[in-house]
Amino acid sequence: MYLYDEFDRTLLTERVSEFRGQVARRLSGELTEDEFKSLRLMNGVYLQLHAYMLRIAIPYGTLSAVQMRRLAHVARKYDRGYGHFTTRQNIQFNWIKLAQLPDAMADLADAGLHGMQTSGNCVRNITTDQWAGVAPDEIEDPRVWAELIRQHVTLHPEFSFLPRKFKIAVGASDHDRAALRIHDLALRMHKNGAGEAGFEVMVGGGLGRTPFIAKTIKQFLPVRDVLTYIEAVLRLYNQYGRRDNIYKARIKILVHDKGGEQFGKEVDAEWQNIKDGSLALDKDVIADIATRFQYPDYEKLLDNPPELKAAQADARFATWHANSVSRHKQSGYAIVTLSLKPIGKPTGDCTADQMDKIADIADRYSYSEIRVGHEQNLVLPQVAQRDLPEVFKALDAIGVATPNVNQISDIIACPGLDYCSLANARAIPVAQEISKRFAEPNLAKSLNRLHVNISGCINACGHHHVGHIGILGVEKNGEEFYQISIGGKADENAQLGTLLGPAVPYDDVVDAVEDLAEAYLALRERPDELFIDTFKRVGVEPFKERVYATR
Amino acid sequence: MPLVKGSRIAADTFTRVEDDAPIPEQGAVLVPAARFLADAAELMQRAAPVGVIWPNNMDVSELVPYLDKLALVALVFPIFRDGRAYSQARLLRERYAYRGEMRATGQILRDQFVFYLRAGFDAFDVVKNADAAAFEETAKRYSVFFQPTGDGRLTVARSRLKLHGHRDPAAKRVTV
Repeated sequence: MYLYDEFDRTLLTERVSEFRGQVARRLSGELTEDEFKSLRLMNGVYLQLHAYMLRIAIPYGTLSAVQMRRLAHVARKYDRGYGHFTTRQNIQFNWIKLAQLPDAMADLADAGLHGMQTSGNCVRNITTDQWAGVAPDEIEDPRVWAELIRQHVTLHPEFSFLPRKFKIAVGASDHDRAALRIHDLALRMHKNGAGEAGFEVMVGGGLGRTPFIAKTIKQFLPVRDVLTYIEAVLRLYNQYGRRDNIYKARIKILVHDKGGEQFGKEVDAEWQNIKDGSLALDKDVIADIATRFQYPDYEKLLDNPPELKAAQADARFATWHANSVSRHKQSGYAIVTLSLKPIGKPTGDCTADQMDKIADIADRYSYSEIRVGHEQNLVLPQVAQRDLPEVFKALDAIGVATPNVNQISDIIACPGLDYCSLANARAIPVAQEISKRFAEPNLAKSLNRLHVNISGCINACGHHHVGHIGILGVEKNGEEFYQISIGGKADENAQLGTLLGPAVPYDDVVDAVEDLAEAYLALRERPDELFIDTFKRVGVEPFKERVYATR
Repeated sequence: MPLVKGSRIAADTFTRVEDDAPIPEQGAVLVPAARFLADAAELMQRAAPVGVIWPNNMDVSELVPYLDKLALVALVFPIFRDGRAYSQARLLRERYAYRGEMRATGQILRDQFVFYLRAGFDAFDVVKNADAAAFEETAKRYSVFFQPTGDGRLTVARSRLKLHGHRDPAAKRVTV
C-alpha cells in the first residue's frame, strides 16, 4: 500500500472545499452549465442519461480495505447500493444527486479517495499492472513510478487544459497486463545492456474512432528522466495537438500526422532544454516515494501446503483454483482474481455488501490490500496458499468466485445505452446473453483464453478493437446493430482486430459469437491452440465464412 | 471587464491599438502581434510603454529579441478550455526570463486563477465582476503544489525531503 500523508490529505480537503463552492455557484445560477461542465468533469462528475455519474480514481488500481469500505458507504448512502469498476481501474457511481456530490466527495476524501482528473482534458488516472509488486516476472514495482507521475500531473498548471484527455500507463513486466500500447503515453520498464533499469516510451496509442497502437519513440529512458521527458511530450501536445476537431484532438493523431520518428525528434529537442532542470529526478525523491509503499512482512512458507492439496479433492475448489489463482513472487503465497463477471449479470458491478465483505476478506487474508484490473475484475494480491480453501468459501458465498477468469464470459463491456448518453447501443445485455450462452463450465473451458470486448459506441470504452472477439454497437435506422471484429489483442504484441463483415442485428449477436466459437473449435490444430493463435494462423476468412454462411 | 493586477482590481493604463490605426505619440499602447512584428523597430523606439497581444498559435520564441523592452505581453485564452497559453506563459517566464507584465486575456474565470498564477501570469482581464472581487480569496485556495514552476512555490517533494531529514535539493534552477 502507498501511505498518504498530510500533504495529500490537505490537497483533498482544499479540493472538496473548492468543489462545494462550485456546486453552490451552479445551483445559484452564477455558473452556466457550460462553465460548470469542465469544473465538474475535472472532479469526475459526468451528466449521464438518468443522473450525474461520479468516477472515483483508484490510482494504479490499488485499494486498501478501508478505502473499499468507504466506497461501499458511498454506494449505500448516495447511490443505489452498487458501483461499477471500469477498464481504467476506476469505479463509477451512476445515480448521485448534484446537491449531494460535495458530501460524497468529502466522505471519500476521508479515506484518501477523490475524483480528480478522472475526466476532462487533462492527465487521467495513471494505470498499471494489477499484479504490480507481487508478479513473479516484474523488474520492480511500477507503482512507484505511477505514483511519481501521478503527483507530478496532479493539478498541473500547464497541462490541465490539453486538447483532449491524456492516459498514461506504466508496466514493469515482460508480459503486459496493463494494455500499454493502447495508451496516449506508456512506459515499459526494462533493463539495458549494462543492467540498469529504464523505460521504453511509447506514445500515440488509443482506441476510439481512429484506433492506433502506440509507437515507440524512446527505446531506453533513464529513470531520472521520466518526468522531464513526459513534460516535453505534454508541452508539444498542449501546443500543437489539434483543437479544431474533437475527434482528431488526441495525441495519437498528432503522432500519426508527424510520424513516430519525427515526433520523437521534436520531443527530444524540447527535452534537451529541460532534462537537467528541476524536474530531473533525484535519488532521494525516488527513495522518498518508494519508502511510502508498504509491503507485507511475508511469512516463510512453502508452495503447495497440505491444506491446499487436501482442498483439491473438492471439484469446485479445484476448478476455481486452476482458473482464478496465479503464481506469486513469494513462495507459499498466491494472487487471487475475483471475477466480477457472474453469469448473466452486468460486468464489473459490485454491490456495497460485496465491497464490505471483500474488505473483510482482504483484512483477514490479503494484508488489507485489494487491486482493480483493467479487465474489470478485482484481485487479492497476497493470499497465503494455505488460506486458499477458506478464501474460496468466503468469495463463493458473495458470488465473486465464478471460475471464468480469461474465459469467454470474462467480458469487458462499457455501460452502453443502459446508462451512457454517448452510446448507440446496449452493451451490458449483450455481455449477459453471451455469458449465459457459454455458462456450461466445460464448454467455456474448452475454448481456452478468449477475450470478448464490447463497446456501445465508437468511443470504444469497452476496448472492442483489442478483444479477441470485439463487438461494437452501432445504430442503423433507429435499431441496434453490432459490428464484429476478431484478432485484436492488448498485450505486448498488441494489434487491432479485423472486421468480420456487415453488422448484425441485436438478436443475432450471440449466435454469431457462438458461430465464431464453433469455427475456432473446428479450425484449431491442437486443443491448447488459443483462439487468437488460430486466427493468426488461418486469418479472418474461415471465421467470416462460418458466421455469414447462414446470414 | 475588470483588470486584476497585484491581486486587486486596477485601472488599465494601456490603450489597445487596432491593426491599421495610428500609434498615439503618448501613453502606453497594446498592439496586435502582426502589427507589432511589422513595426517592431519603430515601436521599440517609443518612450512610453509598449505591449503586444500574442495569439496562442504563434511561437513565443519570436518575441525573444524584444522581451527586454516589452512592458506587457497579453496571452489569449479564447475559451478557458484552450490551454495553449499556459505553455507560452511558462516559456516566456522560465525559459526566456521575461520580467514585464504578463496578462491573461479572453475567457478568464476564477476557477483557473491558481493555474494562471503558477504559470507566471501577474495580470488578468477577468470576465465577471464577482470573480475579480474574489481574486485574493481564490488565489489562496490551495496550499499544496506538486510541480516546480517559475512562481517559486515550495513543492511537496521538497517539503517532504526536508521533513524526512534529507538534504534539500532546492537550489536547482527551475527550467522549462
